[in-house]
Amino acid sequence: MSPFFIITAVVTLLGAVFAMSLRNLVHCALAMAVAFSGVAALYLQLDAQFVGFAEILVYVGAIAILIVFAILLTRSGETPVKSVLTSGWWAGIAVTAMVFTTLGWAILNSSATPKEIPAAPVATVKNLGDALMTKFVLPLEIVALVLTLAMIGAVLIALKEDKSENSGRKP
Amino acid sequence: MLGEQIIKGMAVTAKNFFGSYVSKDRLTTVQYPEERLPQKGNTRQFPFLVFDGDPEKGLRCVACQICEKECPPKCIYIIKSKDKKPDYKGQMQIYPVTFDIDISVCMSCQICVEVCPFESIKMNTEFELSTDDRFEGLLLHKEQLAKSNEYYRKLHPDDAKESDAVLAAEKVKAEAKAKAAAEAKAKTDAEAKAKAAAAATAPIATPPPAK
Amino acid sequence: MFDKLDQIFVNALHWLASFLPEAWRPLVSALICIAVILVVFPTLFALVTVLERKGLGRIQNRYGPNRVGIPFTKIRLAGFGQFIPDGMKMLTKEDIVPRAADKAVHFLAPVVLLIPILLAYSVLPFGRNMSIADYDAGLLFFLAVGGAVEISVFMAGWSSRNKYSLLGAMRAIAQMVSYEIPLILSAVTVVMIVGSLNLNEIVRHQDQFTFGIAHWHVFTPWGFVGFALFFIAALAESNRTPFDLPEAESEIIAGYFTEYSGFKFALFFLGEYLGMFAISGLGITLFLGGWTAPFSFLTWIPSWIWFFAKLLVIIFVFIWIRGTLPRLRMDQLMNFAWKFMLPLALVNILVAGVWHFMGAGALRWLVCSAIIFGAYAVLGRGLMHNQKLGKRIYKFAE
Repeated sequence: MSPFFIITAVVTLLGAVFAMSLRNLVHCALAMAVAFSGVAALYLQLDAQFVGFAEILVYVGAIAILIVFAILLTRSGETPVKSVLTSGWWAGIAVTAMVFTTLGWAILNSSATPKEIPAAPVATVKNLGDALMTKFVLPLEIVALVLTLAMIGAVLIALKEDKSENSGRKP
Repeated sequence: MLGEQIIKGMAVTAKNFFGSYVSKDRLTTVQYPEERLPQKGNTRQFPFLVFDGDPEKGLRCVACQICEKECPPKCIYIIKSKDKKPDYKGQMQIYPVTFDIDISVCMSCQICVEVCPFESIKMNTEFELSTDDRFEGLLLHKEQLAKSNEYYRKLHPDDAKESDAVLAAEKVKAEAKAKAAAEAKAKTDAEAKAKAAAAATAPIATPPPAK
Repeated sequence: MFDKLDQIFVNALHWLASFLPEAWRPLVSALICIAVILVVFPTLFALVTVLERKGLGRIQNRYGPNRVGIPFTKIRLAGFGQFIPDGMKMLTKEDIVPRAADKAVHFLAPVVLLIPILLAYSVLPFGRNMSIADYDAGLLFFLAVGGAVEISVFMAGWSSRNKYSLLGAMRAIAQMVSYEIPLILSAVTVVMIVGSLNLNEIVRHQDQFTFGIAHWHVFTPWGFVGFALFFIAALAESNRTPFDLPEAESEIIAGYFTEYSGFKFALFFLGEYLGMFAISGLGITLFLGGWTAPFSFLTWIPSWIWFFAKLLVIIFVFIWIRGTLPRLRMDQLMNFAWKFMLPLALVNILVAGVWHFMGAGALRWLVCSAIIFGAYAVLGRGLMHNQKLGKRIYKFAE
């Protein structure tokens, strides 16, 4: 466990904890962005460059912005009056620990996880591209279709509001 | 085509950019204070006093205080002298011991110039009078205000010519009047002398009337 | 001799690092590279601010600053010392934080702006063997950290607790996000043809000469359009005229940095210009051949001189455009990105594919140029068709 890993893990965990526990919702979103960049740093330490950079590009650059926009548009950024922890928080921790141990035991003892750790596959961008185009081309196309549908849906939603107000004015 | 006008616009700006290094009319900035634009003929800033020859004895101002009374913001302060000195016509006139103009008050309206009967206060064109002393530094005294007639001729040539013509006409009139007075005086003197001579050579017949 | 000059910085770095034991060398050489970048690019920023003011002045028929050379002396240096008093002014201004502002976020916003932009410099190849980090996916790294700038813009706008800052920030983020797509798509065409995301590999791919002219990507049809799209998107990403609505000086709301003064404002300013240099550097690497010479008889000039010369040319074009064009309104901006640049970028990808699969020859030049010209004409006509230029009609006032 190299010191880099420890520092990165601490930063990620702190970001995640603050994302749940801060009072101001926008601060929570920014802490989540910190957690995302921590995860990206972990990917980079595992020498998965493409995934790490894609994580920053997609999560920090787009999804964090999306969450922040959602917070702003729904105007729930005011600080809550009461504490963010409910009264039965210790029961929550107990339940969480039980679920975690159960799941962990199940996963570790299942047949899906291999007993020996296989050699790390070569994860250059070229190999990723080859895999995407040959072995995983169907998921790629489906994902592209879903994204296109999402974009068309977004445009439709925005368009309908304008059409009902001013007909003939360009959006 | 989209973008055509943008390219044309950029050609114009490029011409401006490179032209500003070669041609003068693409860079019309005058780099003050190293270069200055020539001032126009009727520029005016603050007044000054004109003297002929000597700054003390040739000062044209006779302390009539007309400019002081006519000045709208009352920025002229004059203190008259007790003795007299001869002016350009030879007559004895009083002169101002103190002639102060407060240029922080003066509004360059030129009324003092218009009302002066003696062509002694005119408008100067100097404006770089800033100082860091806003009381004493902006109060111009007689020594600072007195400038020679040659300076006035260089500053406003046409106005100086008119002013000189007026003064010369006055001088001619005064000389003519003086000559006429002198001639009249000479004539009466001669008549008196002739009468006295006639009276002196006449027989002592009648006693002279009581004088 | 010129080869030695070409590698002078690399050799100097190796010589400096050779004084230390083996284990420390990577760390120390990385630190030296970082220090050099932190010195060179802010100095370039300072000079470019003066150059911009002088350039804009000459375009507008006036002198720019031409008095301050070395402060406290009479040496004028044609005004190039202007950045010293400007910097001192920025540093000594009072740092006002609004009372209702979110202090932590307000403080961190300029920092979060600068860090990704400085990170982006680590992948640019400034010369032969002169990039600090030679990632296999270097282009993706650059684009990823470019996307992290938007978080900082949002932080700046939100933390000021000012309605107008927030509006300005939202508009800036919308503009940046919209123009990232043509930026990335035009970079994708380069990746398609070169076959690698590694920036050094992309530059090496352009280091071949045919008839004495280099194989720069900008000399190909898809590269030309790609470079044009990349350039316009770079203008929009760094909030330069004509896309500087978020921060224009004549807007009453100065946008998302309304509430910043003093050194934090200077950091925003610095971040914006450094972003401009970084994205120009990427454009040079992808399309203009990076550190390669344009003609084969000019290869004796060191590679880093070529890179910085091209950077200065692009900066000059940025300044030229700033002096020429008026500002685009927000809806015009967004229309342009989504209705013109995105379709043209997609057509460009198609053309790059056609180019790759057609094989070398004159035919592919003709076909690709024809496709691009047709698409440009159709899209341009579509964009201009929607303009209702004519006498203005008033809906409510008669």
